[in-house]
Amino acid sequence: MRLSRSSRISLRIVVAIVLAFIYIPLIVIFIYAFNSSNLLEWPPPGLTLHWFPEALKNTDARDAFVTSLKVGAAATAVALFLGTLASLAVARHRFFGRETVSFLVILPIALPGIVTGVALSDTFTQVLGVPLSLLTVIIAHATFCIVVVYNNVVARLRRSSMSIDEASADLGADPWQTFRYVTLPTMSTALAAGALLAFALSFDEIIVTLFTIGPGEQTLPIWIFENLFRPNQIPIVNVVAVIVVLLSIIPVYLAHRLTREDEGVSGRAGSVVTDATATP
Amino acid sequence: MEAADALAPAPKRSVGRRLADLFHGRPWLQVTGLLSGPLAWLVIGYLGSLAVLLAAAFWSVSALTGEVSQTFSLDNFKTLIDDPVYRTIAWRTVRIAGLVTITDALLAFPIAFYMAKVASRRVRAAMVVAVLMPLWSFYLVKVYAWRTMLSTDGIINWALGPLHIHGPGYGTTAVWLVMSYLWLPYMILPIFAGLERIPNSLLSASEDLGASPFTTFRRVILPLAFPAVVAGSIFTFALTMGDYITPQLVSNTQFIGTVVSNNITNNLPLASAFAVVPIVVMVIYLLIARRLGAFEHL
Amino acid sequence: MRGQTAGRPMRTAWLIAAGLVAMLFATGCGSSSSSSSRNTDMAQSVGKGEGELNLGAGAGYVANPWKSDFEKATGCQVNVKVAGTSDQMVQLMRQGGYDGVSASGNASARLVDAGDVSPVNVGLVPNYQSIYPDLKDQPYNTFDGTHYGIPHGRGANLLMWNKDDVKPAPTSWDVMLDPKKAAAYKGKISVYDDPIYIADAAVYLKAHQPDLGIDNPYELNKTQFDAAVNLLKEQQPNVGEYWSDALKQISAFSGGDDVVGTTWQYQYFALKGKGQPMASSPASQGFVPKEGATGWSDTWMISSQAAHPNCMYKWMNFIVSPKANAEVAQYFGEAPAQSKACDPSTLTAAAKAEGLPANPKFCDQYHAADPSFWKRVYYWQTPLADCGNGNTDCMDYNDWVNAWTDIKG
Repeated sequence: MRLSRSSRISLRIVVAIVLAFIYIPLIVIFIYAFNSSNLLEWPPPGLTLHWFPEALKNTDARDAFVTSLKVGAAATAVALFLGTLASLAVARHRFFGRETVSFLVILPIALPGIVTGVALSDTFTQVLGVPLSLLTVIIAHATFCIVVVYNNVVARLRRSSMSIDEASADLGADPWQTFRYVTLPTMSTALAAGALLAFALSFDEIIVTLFTIGPGEQTLPIWIFENLFRPNQIPIVNVVAVIVVLLSIIPVYLAHRLTREDEGVSGRAGSVVTDATATP
Repeated sequence: MEAADALAPAPKRSVGRRLADLFHGRPWLQVTGLLSGPLAWLVIGYLGSLAVLLAAAFWSVSALTGEVSQTFSLDNFKTLIDDPVYRTIAWRTVRIAGLVTITDALLAFPIAFYMAKVASRRVRAAMVVAVLMPLWSFYLVKVYAWRTMLSTDGIINWALGPLHIHGPGYGTTAVWLVMSYLWLPYMILPIFAGLERIPNSLLSASEDLGASPFTTFRRVILPLAFPAVVAGSIFTFALTMGDYITPQLVSNTQFIGTVVSNNITNNLPLASAFAVVPIVVMVIYLLIARRLGAFEHL
Repeated sequence: MRGQTAGRPMRTAWLIAAGLVAMLFATGCGSSSSSSSRNTDMAQSVGKGEGELNLGAGAGYVANPWKSDFEKATGCQVNVKVAGTSDQMVQLMRQGGYDGVSASGNASARLVDAGDVSPVNVGLVPNYQSIYPDLKDQPYNTFDGTHYGIPHGRGANLLMWNKDDVKPAPTSWDVMLDPKKAAAYKGKISVYDDPIYIADAAVYLKAHQPDLGIDNPYELNKTQFDAAVNLLKEQQPNVGEYWSDALKQISAFSGGDDVVGTTWQYQYFALKGKGQPMASSPASQGFVPKEGATGWSDTWMISSQAAHPNCMYKWMNFIVSPKANAEVAQYFGEAPAQSKACDPSTLTAAAKAEGLPANPKFCDQYHAADPSFWKRVYYWQTPLADCGNGNTDCMDYNDWVNAWTDIKG
């Protein structure tokens, strides 16, 4: 689109301001990770690399990190399964209550975390008599992660036409083969993007987790929550945050590369990062 | 010759094929098969849990033990209606949610527009990564960073010191500021996706027909992008409505979530009754958003 | 979606509402709650440790060196969850998975009556014998003659201020509660974020408005209660932060956001340790402002669902053993429950183990053996409708909680 020079410049300035707004707190976190004092005053009295090995040695943080990975992976797997089923039903068929499915799927993420957390916690402990544990956390996370997978896959399925599936059937494939060899590959980038975002959602979740986790376990956000105000641990918390952010560049960039070359069956070039990033 | 094959019995149909035959031509069965898992999970599991919580809203509680007695009563709703503080808190939460949503829409649109329509491919890729990165640095760490930034000896007062202005400190302004910050990526991404979907040919056509960039923006881009903005607003609104940790860390103000969490232990019925408020608000919001076409842009 | 009729959203809403209502009725009869009567099962012996112990405790109660000493001696690995308020303690026990908790008086009665804790067989806790007599058989740890916990230690809530910013040194709570005086520190006052703080206002009014007739600050009739609540509503605009996490208060004071407030010894010593210019009511005044203060006497209680009861009994005996009790008391800054902890050589050895300067006068300073001092300290207890004098028109805890929401606004 052609914009006048002054519009371009003002747009660039606004974008720069917004980016600065986004990144200044992150830079503050980054600086505090090197803070030589553990009292968070500004400006920091000195810089040190001392906290990085401390953080890596911290067994609680490491265990919490591994727990978060486990919970995230499991929740993502469940969300992938359920989300795909639901999106296949909605994108490929018409039926009574079809719009309700979209509504139902978004509800767990749209309602306040404390409502979801307490509701699930009470159901587990009072109605089902099940003790809280990592399993209950996984169930809770999967519930609100379904929507990110669902939205991505539905968007993807809507853009691809059914004619290829029909061609596959005409060639003698049974529905399972069609699904495995035709539909699934078409959806794969949407699934990957949905999985990435579902994992991110689960990895950073605190409120619902607080209510559904058992006493002996900690996910990384819970570990941060417990250490948030401990003066000796604050720099380590910042270090952990910095490490995770830096590590995350890889999957985010990969997801973007993977999907850049994607073209829908209908011939329209589509970036599945678009779909992926469309649903946080 | 093939005649012998023509008379040979057909190959035995595998279980998979037989199952496929069963589903073939019976879309209802297919839908049921596909949906039974997700629906059971969401309806029985999730909605059922919600019902358990909301049922408690109609019960009463012993003051000493916090024991819930399942005798039907509307006392909790009476308390919420009689005491004006609950209305104040509910309204305050909704108001800040609205402010945060508007703020984020205003901040997100320029950057999303730049990413979708102005930036080169390389820059766009870099910006997508740049906008997604903050999502990976934990919510709590970000809020705590803001807490230290806003404190009396923090970076904001330090930076504004030479100008002899004070930063906002802790309070409702801080909550608005921090929440606008936290949910901004959730607004940028849907708008970016929505703008990307607008074919450039449409914009060229508008120019060819004589529209100034501003008119094109107002009459072509904005209407087409609006559902995406609404989609993003679902998240900013919902996340603000439900948050109680940020208000607690950067202010003294009470949000709906604060009251619910304060009452969960001793007075679950009252907490459940108050939880009805954000549920009703969000359901209405979602219905309106769906009407506006936001669900396609999530 | 564009072509849908106007009926669709309504239909969806109806569907969901119908589903919810159906479920409401289906589950309304089914949900259970924990037993509504007290638990009476008491252990008769302590066996081998189970290797693990999950505790809910106040800040500073479970820390090294005594935590690791316990783990080495018994093999029970301790996982501790710090809870800042009694409500959080009760919530932890309700949630389940914890073997025991350190409960103040405004939690203990609730836990006992809800059946969340079991009676403690004090015969299995040898160190119980030498606990100070005025901590035994108290209304917050003994119910109908049955012991439900082991005393941990006690303290008064402190008035703390920043020496450099608050002058002259306050001798009364009026610096926080008198509207005119509090306005001088507007936005920099730190108040405990719990409904039980209403009792602090009641203690203040007991001294400053005696015609209200307040005696026990936890047993307030409507007039007395409303007066206390109004005082706190007047305080609210001057409050900088309502704190429930000890460390959050520390960061607020060290960051200059608050300059005066109500606190525990834990924060006070932590800030002084960092070189912050904190001051508190002096020992000559008994560490309390002239009106007296609210306080707490904490009790270790064992969960009725404890998965590791043997380790919990071992802990209860260990934490009131002379050395451990001396260590935690000096670390936190409270009066120990164990009389033998006040033996000067025990105090010195404990201080040494913690890297603190030796202070053989510690117990005298904290009035550990002085029952008359504690008459001016009103231990936290659960407000009940039963005023204890034949009347039953006192405000109960639900009223306090609702009022607290009102006060904060």
